[in-house]
Amino acid sequence: MRTPAGWRRSAFVALAGLLVIVGTACAPDAPQDYINYQKGPIAEEADRLWDVTFAIAVAIFFIVELLLIYTIVRFRARPDREAKQFHGNTKVEVILTVIPALILAGLAVPTVRTIFDLSSEPDDALQIKVTARQFWWEYEYEPEGTEDPLVTANEMHIPVDTPVFLTLEGDDVIHSFWVPLLAGKQDVVPGRTNHMTIEADEPGVYRGQCTEYCGLSHANMRLRVIAHPQDEFDEWRDDQSEAADDPRDALAAEGEELFLEGECINCHAVQGTDAQARTGPDLTHFASRETFAGAMFENTTENLRQWLDDPPAMKPGAKMPDYGLTTQEIDALVAYLQSLE
Amino acid sequence: MATAAVQPRRSLFARPTATSGFWGWVTTVDHKKIGILYGVTAFIFFILGGLEAIALRVQLAQPDMQAFGTEAATAELYNQFFTMHGVTMIFLVVMPFGVALMNFFIPLMIGARDVAFPRLNALSYWIFLFGGIFLYSSFFLGGAPDGGWFGYAPLSRIQPTTGMDFYAVGLQILGIASLLGAVNFIVTIINMRAPGMTLMRMPVFIWMSLVVSFLLLFAMPIIAVALFLLMFDRLFGGVFFDPAAGGDPLLWQHLFWLFGHPEVYILILPAMGIVSEVIPTFSRKPLFGYAAIVFAGAAIGFMGWGVWAHHMFVVGLGPVATSAFALSTMFIAVPTGVKIFNWLGTMWGGSLKFTTPMLFAIGFVAMFVIGGLSGVSHAIVPHDQQQTDTYYIVAHFHYVLFGGAMFGIMAGLYYWWPKVFGRMLSEKLGKFHFWLWFIGFNLTFAPMHILGLQGMPRRIYTYPEGMGWDWWNFIMTIGSFVIAFSVLVFLANVAISRKRGEEAVDDPWDARTLEWAIPSPPPEHNFDDVPVVEARDDWWHKKYAKRPTGEPARVYAGGANGESGGGGIHLPSPSYFPVIAAFGILVMGYGVIFYLPAVALGALISLVGFFGWVLEPSVSDEVGHH
Ligand code: HEC
Ligand SMILES: [Cu+2]
Repeated sequence: MRTPAGWRRSAFVALAGLLVIVGTACAPDAPQDYINYQKGPIAEEADRLWDVTFAIAVAIFFIVELLLIYTIVRFRARPDREAKQFHGNTKVEVILTVIPALILAGLAVPTVRTIFDLSSEPDDALQIKVTARQFWWEYEYEPEGTEDPLVTANEMHIPVDTPVFLTLEGDDVIHSFWVPLLAGKQDVVPGRTNHMTIEADEPGVYRGQCTEYCGLSHANMRLRVIAHPQDEFDEWRDDQSEAADDPRDALAAEGEELFLEGECINCHAVQGTDAQARTGPDLTHFASRETFAGAMFENTTENLRQWLDDPPAMKPGAKMPDYGLTTQEIDALVAYLQSLE
Repeated sequence: MATAAVQPRRSLFARPTATSGFWGWVTTVDHKKIGILYGVTAFIFFILGGLEAIALRVQLAQPDMQAFGTEAATAELYNQFFTMHGVTMIFLVVMPFGVALMNFFIPLMIGARDVAFPRLNALSYWIFLFGGIFLYSSFFLGGAPDGGWFGYAPLSRIQPTTGMDFYAVGLQILGIASLLGAVNFIVTIINMRAPGMTLMRMPVFIWMSLVVSFLLLFAMPIIAVALFLLMFDRLFGGVFFDPAAGGDPLLWQHLFWLFGHPEVYILILPAMGIVSEVIPTFSRKPLFGYAAIVFAGAAIGFMGWGVWAHHMFVVGLGPVATSAFALSTMFIAVPTGVKIFNWLGTMWGGSLKFTTPMLFAIGFVAMFVIGGLSGVSHAIVPHDQQQTDTYYIVAHFHYVLFGGAMFGIMAGLYYWWPKVFGRMLSEKLGKFHFWLWFIGFNLTFAPMHILGLQGMPRRIYTYPEGMGWDWWNFIMTIGSFVIAFSVLVFLANVAISRKRGEEAVDDPWDARTLEWAIPSPPPEHNFDDVPVVEARDDWWHKKYAKRPTGEPARVYAGGANGESGGGGIHLPSPSYFPVIAAFGILVMGYGVIFYLPAVALGALISLVGFFGWVLEPSVSDEVGHH
């Protein structure tokens, strides 16, 4: 058996060690850190509830753990004292049952209110339909007039200070749409239609990812939301609504031909051409995207070449097979894809 | 056994007679041996599940790792490992550890000779063992399950390898074992208590075993249904969960969590029972608020059925259902809190001895508080929608299942070790084990809270740089190795104790319940005389209040059943049939996946087992006298 002093010393060392570890943990660069940063009213509303809950939890934690430590120290076996033989204390037991119940009742009220608040559709929201597929995201903006809807992938552009009402659908497995700095997550369940609202109050790039395990590349199903001031957003929207540019040089033209005559057309759409399939991402303005394949890779020539060479090797389980393209074919396709601005 | 005549009568095989050695273990129906078998098997699976965990931690130690070869191989293996880690720790470790202790100690603590149905008990064990082997064989037969332990449809119905077939069939097999065990324990506890052992005199461990058995009885059929549907979807062209054919993926989730939430209590209540035995013993005080603890346990058992959808706060249930489940989830915290205060109250005013089991029990209380508090925070739905499916959740349930259940089980192992094996474990190594385990546990799991709140999702095999997650992930990997080391210390402790451990006296801890009134290890027939119980904590009561000599009252064992008073105790005889019946089920399992006609063969084997069983008297004619 250790001496009391030994006990105290080891407890102190353990605590000091823990504090050192906690102290060094402040991460400057944490793009999904929703506990320290919220960039929109919805994330903020959830965070306010957390702040209250967390404060109460920390208080209870310290009360209970300190009580435990006190008990351990105070009532450790000593030759000069016998254990007191009592079986309970009804008063104390009732009080200690009622207090937690009251605290919980207090938390329940704002929780339920917020649940109902967040579940209603805001007025004048921008409407975007999100389709989740293994392992990427498709976004379809509700058309403003009679034109075809704007379709894009993985990178969602939104205006700031405008609620965006998302309609979530999927047809393979369950996914979950999450952009932590803007809102909590919402599952995308095949066969059902779910909704959620996101809103950003600052321009910026917000990272997110799929959070329902959806197979081999679940970890690689990321996404970005890019928030712009309204006028910039309108401009983006106009650009994206146009059909694809014509190939700008011979190599790109060759790429277009390969694209339209080969396999690519079976899965991808490029507006203004015959390619209209939607099993893969819409590529009409592919070159305007910063990243590709579930926001996994920077949209660089090198990455693109690697992708076309063998997609599943780069992203396990990707639903775009390796077509054994030759180097020349890849050159041409890359030139074509990069001309789709 | 006294005599060993080999005269097959009304029996397909010669009746087994070995009481030791390989066949002794295979044919045993003794609840104590079966308890040991359960414990050893659970421990082996604990090592396997632990190795899987280590593999996960190695892969996540740094961003963009490829610990298992290529990117694709890494993703594949990681997904198999995290699925099997969960399946293993839940179904093959924590549950069977609980069953091991229940098997060994329910009869001893209630003053019975064995469980109600000894051969059924053996059958449970063999089905469990074969179920575990079946699941693990998947690694060599095309890949382990890779759809998560929760097996969400429709992913689970379309994952391409046979892994999820093994999941659907394997868990079904394990479920049969749990169900049989539950029936057995319920009957044992209700019918076989020693005279005077009223319900409210039962040790809390027995109460918790009873609640757990009822939970199993009602929960296992629900997952059995879900697994059947999944099996049909995967193997026989069913469309129960196929949205394209009008199937409903959420049906799976409702069924799974309607089982899965009570399952959480199935995992934690035995540990709460253990702690409720250990803390009074080493505080030298009766449990504070026995009735409250019992009722809280029962209340948790009931309320546990009304909270399942808190696993589904982001699937789109609508605000009304969501609010209802938020409320029920908050209020299940109340009975849980009651227990914490009762354990504190038990220590209060006591004379605390910090033996290894006590350290683990106190560790349980300290860690479980953290898991409970983070649990309440999930009921705050708008924020749960942030934290769900992040590492915050992983932190939470490891504080409940490791900080809770595993600490409790360790407390139980150290506490009852001398009774089971007749030798003491080293206190020195035990304490070393505890502190390593405690530190390793917190190093591994405390940072998960932070990572989850910094947006790290769970079930991802990789993460990029620049997310602010690198540091903690590295620390956690170190922590996992500390835990692994602590388990080695435990193994060393066991090995040394087996070799030259101090011999255990009957009652080394000066404890309170009946199992300490008999020799360590207990004789095959447990009690020479059926004890007559006069109080809660009867053994303590007899030691300190009634009879300072510690002599139990004399009632001849077997007398209660009208057997010749003092003449002898009829123990059930060993039998080949449980293991044969269980083996048939294993064959059926492989048959369903690989070659349908083999199911008939398996069924035949099981049938032979059951027929032989029915035709064989439970006590052989020639043997059984002691
Ligand atoms: C079988 C259908 C299929 C075919 C055929 C196909 N792709 Fe894909 N493609 C996909 C899918 C699915 C993705 C998304 C993969 C992911 O992110 O997981 C994709 C992604 C891409 C991307 C990245 C898009 C983005 O923004 O994320 C490019 C570029 C691309 N494909 C080009 C091509 C080219 C060029 C061809 C012809 C050689 C082609 N694809 C053929 C299915 C296909
Ligand atoms: Cu996904």
